Amino acid sequence: MNTRPFLGWFVSPAGLVAVGLIAAMLAVFQYSVRAYIPGSLEVGGFTLQNFAAMLRPLYALAFWNTVLLCFETAVFTLILAYPLAYALVRTNSSALRSFILVVSVTPLFLGEVVRTYSWMIVLGNKGFLNTLLLQLGLLDRPMQMMFTAGGVVAALVHVTMPIMVIMLAAALSHIDRNYEKAAESLGAGPVRVFLTITLPLSMPGIVAGFSTAFAWTFSAFATPQLIGGGRVSTVSTLIYQLGFSSFNFPFAASLSIIGLALSLAVIALLKKAASPLERMAGTT
Amino acid sequence: MKRSPGTLLLRWSGRILIAAILLFVLLPGIVVAVSAFNDRAILLFPPQSWSLRWFWRAFSYPDFAKGFWNGLTVTVWASSIALVVGSAFAFAIHRYKFRLRNLLEGILLSPLIIPHYTIGLGVLILASQTNVGRGFPLVIFAHVVMVLPFVMRSTYISLENLDIRLELAASSLGATPLRILFTVTIPLLIPGLLSGWLFAAILSFNEFTATLFVSSQATQTLPVAMYNYVREFADPTLAALSVIYIVVTATLLTIANSFLGLGKILNVDAH
Repeated sequence: MNTRPFLGWFVSPAGLVAVGLIAAMLAVFQYSVRAYIPGSLEVGGFTLQNFAAMLRPLYALAFWNTVLLCFETAVFTLILAYPLAYALVRTNSSALRSFILVVSVTPLFLGEVVRTYSWMIVLGNKGFLNTLLLQLGLLDRPMQMMFTAGGVVAALVHVTMPIMVIMLAAALSHIDRNYEKAAESLGAGPVRVFLTITLPLSMPGIVAGFSTAFAWTFSAFATPQLIGGGRVSTVSTLIYQLGFSSFNFPFAASLSIIGLALSLAVIALLKKAASPLERMAGTT
Repeated sequence: MKRSPGTLLLRWSGRILIAAILLFVLLPGIVVAVSAFNDRAILLFPPQSWSLRWFWRAFSYPDFAKGFWNGLTVTVWASSIALVVGSAFAFAIHRYKFRLRNLLEGILLSPLIIPHYTIGLGVLILASQTNVGRGFPLVIFAHVVMVLPFVMRSTYISLENLDIRLELAASSLGATPLRILFTVTIPLLIPGLLSGWLFAAILSFNEFTATLFVSSQATQTLPVAMYNYVREFADPTLAALSVIYIVVTATLLTIANSFLGLGKILNVDAH
């Protein structure tokens, strides 16, 4: 008798999708080492020219900008999401819990365009923040917030918050409260309990949230494109511009290969840096 | 329980902090909602006079209507294909050991970390190399790839919580594996399958970056149509559309929360 019924039926469709995905990724690899023929969608012979071109200041700067942007976004998101996740898990009021949950999770399902658009109205020269600050007399003339890196980070933090809150809340909800009670009974104050017990024990969630925030920001496109308005150039906006304005698909492909490698390397590095902490926290 | 002034101060500063963060999360939504009722054609805040005409325009603008139906087509196909393919595969990896199991799982989960523009670019190049047109199948394929990890995870978690003794009981009573699958396993998995499908559908309907690469004028989805609109016009039509979006999504989530327990799906319930 067959001890593994349906195995072939269940695995082969997934195998087919995997083959398609691999083929698409190989297509990117293949294009990244092809020469670009200006004005044509055809590609030329094999070359490493695309990768060499990335050392030019314009492109190197875009990479540096992107990494910086991702890092800033992940840090600010963590700082804002932690208290929210903590309140979500620890509050005794179920109404407040539902409220925090729906408010912090809804943006996750809104998509990048809607969320970015709302930030355009907040940050614009005649937008919400400038009007408010002008009317309060804190500013004499509108402050430029659109088309700046700061504006892009603010919007990206907002875009990344929900996933960070979810990951932190998952980690916080799995902490055994008895550790905290033990520390309290031994005379530790609330701040000390938090810093020496809760925070270290939530480290796996912090690492997972931070690397996810980093990866999401790295692949964000609508936000840097619309809020940055071409004045904040990131890997994603550069790839789109190369692909659809100059039809230089080979160079776009090599940029996405390096971008992918870079984001994987940073995530691996974060995991590695955090693993002693996780061992300390006694979780795997 | 005695409370020192320090603890009380901590408690209140905590509350203020939470309120401030919630305000940050809610602010763009509130600003958009107010702007949507602005009568003027430029983005001015606060609005000088009020009107509903941008809602009317959002409904009557042909690209949005077309984008909505295109998006719905893509979403229904992509999330349904992903549901069948992903949950069958999750069943296989949960129950069996087979060759290339881990490799295949790794490949199919990788879209969680591969930037969507890389996926979009890859599918686009692949299509041009194999002379496949930029029609719906291409967009649907890209979406299946991107939502598959979510369906796989949702089904896998449900399988973990499934009592295998129910299947053994059916088997000992003489049911064939096919009959067990359709009368025991799948009915028990329904909540997990449904939430996986819903999650996939919402993500697919909102996917933008990869879709921008693989769609054409004829297959553009709503987010792509919205993006093109922002680049061309600066009037509050998109604010009106965003309000509709936010209200529908928040309503769906509130319903999902009260019926299914969002906390359970997202794994954030306190013990």
